[in-house]
Amino acid sequence: MTETTSVTSIAGRHALRRRRDRIRRWSWGVPLWILALVFLLPFAWMISTSLKPDVQAFAIPMQWVPRDPHWGNYTEVLFGENSILIPFGNSVCVAALRVLGELTTATLAGYAFAKLRFPGRGAVFVGYLATSLIPAQLLLVPRFVYFQKLSLYDTLWALILPGMFTVLGTFLMRQYFVSQPEEFAEAARLDGASEIQIFSRIYLPNAMPMISALAILTFVWSWNDYETPLVFLSTPENFTLPMGLTSFTDENGAMAAGLSMAASVISIVPILLVFLIFQRRFVAAMTESALK
Amino acid sequence: MSTTQTSPAPVGTRPAPSARRRTGRAPSDPKPFVGWLFIAPNLLGVVAFTFIPLISVILLSFTQWNLVSGFGGIKFVGLANFIAVFQDPTFWRSLLITIVYAGVAVPLTLVVGLALALALNRDLPARGLLRAAFFVPYIVNIVAIGMTWQMLLDPSAGLVNQFLGLFGLEHLPQWFASSHWALPALILVTIWAQAGYANLIFLSALQDAPTQLYEAARIDGAGRWASFRAITWPSLLPTTIFLLVTLFVGISQTFGMIALITGGGPGESTTTLSFYMYQTSFQFYRFGYASAVGLVTFIGIFAIMLLMWRAQRGKALHD
Repeated sequence: MTETTSVTSIAGRHALRRRRDRIRRWSWGVPLWILALVFLLPFAWMISTSLKPDVQAFAIPMQWVPRDPHWGNYTEVLFGENSILIPFGNSVCVAALRVLGELTTATLAGYAFAKLRFPGRGAVFVGYLATSLIPAQLLLVPRFVYFQKLSLYDTLWALILPGMFTVLGTFLMRQYFVSQPEEFAEAARLDGASEIQIFSRIYLPNAMPMISALAILTFVWSWNDYETPLVFLSTPENFTLPMGLTSFTDENGAMAAGLSMAASVISIVPILLVFLIFQRRFVAAMTESALK
Repeated sequence: MSTTQTSPAPVGTRPAPSARRRTGRAPSDPKPFVGWLFIAPNLLGVVAFTFIPLISVILLSFTQWNLVSGFGGIKFVGLANFIAVFQDPTFWRSLLITIVYAGVAVPLTLVVGLALALALNRDLPARGLLRAAFFVPYIVNIVAIGMTWQMLLDPSAGLVNQFLGLFGLEHLPQWFASSHWALPALILVTIWAQAGYANLIFLSALQDAPTQLYEAARIDGAGRWASFRAITWPSLLPTTIFLLVTLFVGISQTFGMIALITGGGPGESTTTLSFYMYQTSFQFYRFGYASAVGLVTFIGIFAIMLLMWRAQRGKALHD
């Protein structure tokens, strides 16, 4: 008799604790979710406005869900006069080449700094450390001058080339390869493998998590870059997305709300997809680049 | 290199492994030029697009030049640009605006990020999605964000002032339309966009916090505030300093939003140093002067960064 009561009281206490945990979970969860929705309100406004004709954009009171959505903004933005598809294509092209170039040069160099001994390595590395702190802003003027002389000004190469060789990417890859054991290489060398084989067959496959992190980071930098194209591009056909977004104006030259917001929504979709699909790798990329 | 490889290590001084480390090569080690081949693609790019421009900007800062006059028009002027920078009222004004902007936005971003991280670091319904929600503004391009906020903060028709109007407030803030409110508006949007990043970094640091200490603290009867101060905060301190430095460097260079929304105005109320640098280079084409402004700015930011690291080191030694 006494045994069973103690069992039920333990079970009861467990149930009580579970319920308390659940209450606590929701008592924090509900306010935080409300806060998150407030935080995301500008995006709700963006989507809502993208589905309205301009005259309704600032109508009072605000209509969050347009009664008859005006999809015309999207067709205009996609297929109209200043089609966003051109800057979209340019952005894809720039991002793809930057990611490809960055991954190639950064893995090779990062590996060499971590795993290959060669004369002058220390000196070059110190040079890299010193330049890693230089903000791109400081280099805009000389790059502008050189790109004009080399006829790279107002071409996508002005964005792609500097983005393919970064010090930060090299650091990230080096950091990763440093943490890898030396023995693989030594064993493979004794077996007569060439250095490029050791790199590409042994170390590179193991580095895939870091490589994908670097790919995501490079994609984000490239996709969202506004300053570089603002300085180095001048004809609308060459614009990348962030610049293309600014080309929707009404007859007075003021921003056309509906069109601009429709274009903005389109510009966000790819980065949001990358974020949602690779969320874990994405977060790791952000924290790893931060904590290295 | 080959001679050091074949010559025997000095007998009796050191055992073989350290001798190997000293000479740098074991018999199976790769040939020295292989390493150079590996770094060559990256190195050539870094030299071409970073190193040479860096040397150029330093040289340019001692010259007077606008692009129109061609390379022949470059005139060496010694330290004149630097002297002019320090006598330039717009430079000092921009410096002050930058300090106010970063000085307010950085600590607030940190506080919001930390508060969010502490709140989100517990069992919550759909926690992953909730955490992701706060991060979204950080990954969206600045033009989409800037245009949206510009309309949300429209003094008469914008949603924010509509909302504030509900409380019967008179003299609603004029945001980007007023030289008093433009900088606060910029700070507001900056915090909104950057807090998610600070939150993310804090969250990952909180996961490394020593959990077993919390148990011990609870047994010792420590309250929540006490255990935050004694355990959580010290373990977050390096992360905080790191974020302080990176946010400061990043926010003090904010450019896109200013170029897009305010163009440095109204008046000069949002002309930060980085925007002033852009103006002198690409609106006035005073390349020599712009280079000097850029260098002074960079050296200033660099000095502040060093001070922050020093402060952290001092703090670490103190503890």
